[in-house]
Amino acid sequence: MSVVTVQLGQCGNQVGQELFDVMCSDARDVHRKTYSAVSCERFFRQTTQGALEARAVLIDMEPKVINHSMSKAAKSGRWRYGETSHFSQKQGSGNNWANGYCVLGPRHRDAVEELVRREVEHCDMLAGFIPIMSVAGGTGSGVGTFITQCLRDVYPSSFVLNHLTWPYGTGEVIVQNYNSVLTLAHLYQLSDAILVHENDIVHKICSQLLKIKQISFSDINRVIAHQLGGVLQPTLTPASCGAYSRHPIGELMSALACHPEYKLLSVCTIPQMASSSIAFSTFSWPALLKHLRQMLISNSKMEGGIDWQVCPPPASAGRSRSLSAGSFNTSLANLLILRGKDVYSAETGGFEDPAIYTSWLPPDEALSLWKSPVPFNKYEKSATLVSNSQALLRPLDDMVRKAWNMFASR
Amino acid sequence: MTQSVVVQVGQCGNQVGCRFWDLALREHAHVNKRGLYDEALSSFFRNVDPRKSDGGACCVGGRIQHLKARAVLIDMEEGVVHGILQGPLREVFDSTQLLTDVSGSGNNWAVGNLMYGSAYRDSIVNKLRKAAEHCDCLQCFFLIHSMGGGTGSGLGTRVLSLLEEEFPDVCRIVTAMYPSAEDDVITSPYNSVLAMRELTEHADCVLPVENQSLVDIVNKISLMSHDAKPGCVLKKESTVTSGQGGVSPTERPFDAMNNIVANLLLNITSSSRFDGSLNMDLNEIANNLVPFPRLHYLVPSLTPLYTLADVNIPTRRLDQMFSDAFSKEHQLIRADPKHSLYLACALMVRGNVQVSDLRRNIERLRPSLPFVSWNQEGWKTGLCSVPPVGHAHSLLALANNTCVKPTFMELRDRFTKLYKKKAHLHHYLHVDGMEQSAFSEALSSLSALIEEYHHLDATKARLIPDAPRLSIAR
Repeated sequence: MSVVTVQLGQCGNQVGQELFDVMCSDARDVHRKTYSAVSCERFFRQTTQGALEARAVLIDMEPKVINHSMSKAAKSGRWRYGETSHFSQKQGSGNNWANGYCVLGPRHRDAVEELVRREVEHCDMLAGFIPIMSVAGGTGSGVGTFITQCLRDVYPSSFVLNHLTWPYGTGEVIVQNYNSVLTLAHLYQLSDAILVHENDIVHKICSQLLKIKQISFSDINRVIAHQLGGVLQPTLTPASCGAYSRHPIGELMSALACHPEYKLLSVCTIPQMASSSIAFSTFSWPALLKHLRQMLISNSKMEGGIDWQVCPPPASAGRSRSLSAGSFNTSLANLLILRGKDVYSAETGGFEDPAIYTSWLPPDEALSLWKSPVPFNKYEKSATLVSNSQALLRPLDDMVRKAWNMFASR
Repeated sequence: MTQSVVVQVGQCGNQVGCRFWDLALREHAHVNKRGLYDEALSSFFRNVDPRKSDGGACCVGGRIQHLKARAVLIDMEEGVVHGILQGPLREVFDSTQLLTDVSGSGNNWAVGNLMYGSAYRDSIVNKLRKAAEHCDCLQCFFLIHSMGGGTGSGLGTRVLSLLEEEFPDVCRIVTAMYPSAEDDVITSPYNSVLAMRELTEHADCVLPVENQSLVDIVNKISLMSHDAKPGCVLKKESTVTSGQGGVSPTERPFDAMNNIVANLLLNITSSSRFDGSLNMDLNEIANNLVPFPRLHYLVPSLTPLYTLADVNIPTRRLDQMFSDAFSKEHQLIRADPKHSLYLACALMVRGNVQVSDLRRNIERLRPSLPFVSWNQEGWKTGLCSVPPVGHAHSLLALANNTCVKPTFMELRDRFTKLYKKKAHLHHYLHVDGMEQSAFSEALSSLSALIEEYHHLDATKARLIPDAPRLSIAR
């Protein structure tokens, strides 16, 4: 089952290129033939010369970033983008969502749909689409929203999992709040699930956990790619009966997107550390899972500085659906993905505690567990948690508040 | 890749423009080692093969045959333009791009705008159209002129309104040189205020530059190079301090000041010409920095202005660069942005600067800068990986700030001093089509602009409560 990614705008193209890089090197590094085969089939296709080409469509309104990404991919020697799988214009969208959505999207609709169609035809079975974009700019947000709508229209029975990058709170673009709010409002109707990464949080991971001194956007993109790869690489799911799952996106949706009103998903991964320290660290499943559980309920995305004081409210206190004073993060559903050694013996009972979930979904249905015995991206043991929870509420509220204040100033 | 056309009007405009082309050639020569006509070059230059009969425009990717600037040079007296044509830059322009007359505008806005404006209207439109046709995808017109004289101010603003008429979709960025209080042209207040009205109405963005600030900066640089501390040597080859290494062999007066303005233009377009991890196009400037259509005056500040060749800890030097960009001495007009209200701010960084440096500095400087209530964290950032010649990194800050209000108020005062006595008015009213109402309208337009800035300033200290909206249950 293959996944077609649509990379939109500067951010989308830069993140997408890192993502394919991570997945290719992970698939190649490993001695498990089935794992490699499934991973390559999912994200790449083999050309007649045996080279790997990514199943991706690159879209941007100006050519510089696409050229850069394509040449970077080709330089890696292990994979590349298809020669004709990109579309660009001469002039960008000017950070204007309306320009992207109302003008440039419709104008270039046919060309983009053609590219997507060609990519889909190369797939034996389509698992779904993953549009990758940012919400702060003009192309990623505006054109991205429009293209998501087109994907919905043309492929109504396919899954669409949008990956969004939220900008720094202190501003990358002045009108970023307008662009973000407009994008999210539309995507909420169009998308099946929205997976979010925030630049602020990833920046903190880079500086505090990975100990990078001068953080560049490639470092940030590499962390995002690592986390996304942890979600998307092959796993054994309860439904796949002993083989690697062939419906990754569909199963993700059924695990997490249990209610049409709740679509925002956040990701956290453990462990995350500088690659030079990995060789000197030992990992144990109980420690990793305990940290991960506390990260979930205290709404922190890093294993440093976790607030251990936060604990689930006692069952007798009743369900109050609010960001309570203890800042406890209630989840709707969680997807726990374990990769590496001894996954079958890992004890995940902590995640089945009914106290961390809402009352109207039984915990054994709220938690889904996927496993893969293959270590991911050089970590002997790693766990990724995709959760449908209140984690993104506060940043979202901030975004809406700032957009509203700017709007109300007229 | 998009192209931009530079329109230089009047003596000041042409002299600054000439420095700009010199520095642009130098920058591209530094970056483009293989002599190929690449996308970055095509944004300001055309590549023509003079041997071909059809005018021979060559496309991107081939070798450089003959570079022609995408420019239109306009002046109502011949001296400056002829000087350019005799100088080393003569190969870069051809005669179809020039428009000259003999007698000049006599420092009279009405002569420039109305008399020459109507006489040369068709010719100007033709030349502009020709320049635009040579472009694949024209994104922006850069207009360079001074406000105090006759041609630059009068004919320049006329060209601006022609650009709006003929090319309404193309962005218009104006670099205007404002006269200082001790300007030697007596009628400069009249010319400036009459031109201001046109700028407010027809330009997308204006980058005001004041001669006095440029003089101060140049003096500071020469002071630094003369009595520098032992052990620190000033790097002489940076593009800001000298045009050495460029095409023209000798430095003429005003060259140092014009260099600074030319650098401003180079840095603004750097992100759209070269690669970077966070690109910032020209159309994004207007989109992000102009909250209300008339308030489009962006105060530029450029750092570093000189480079010390001693070995400093790189991070400290970087942080110093950011602090400098917000200090009074580096602004290109006499204003103090730190004590007025910021409506928006853009930081365009060139060179080996990463996101973390940018973030760290923004967080460091943010508390000391007053931002308007509805845009508390409004920064537009751009990262371009190609540094300017002679520096490892550079920063251009464009601030939409109410500190332009005192400059405009001073201008208005100088205008009213002359206008009350009706001094020199008859020279203007002699020109066909010029009426006294033009003066009063220009004055009221300027007053309205000042009023708008004042209104925003008044909100500075007040804590504006958040407007009511549906709130998420807390």
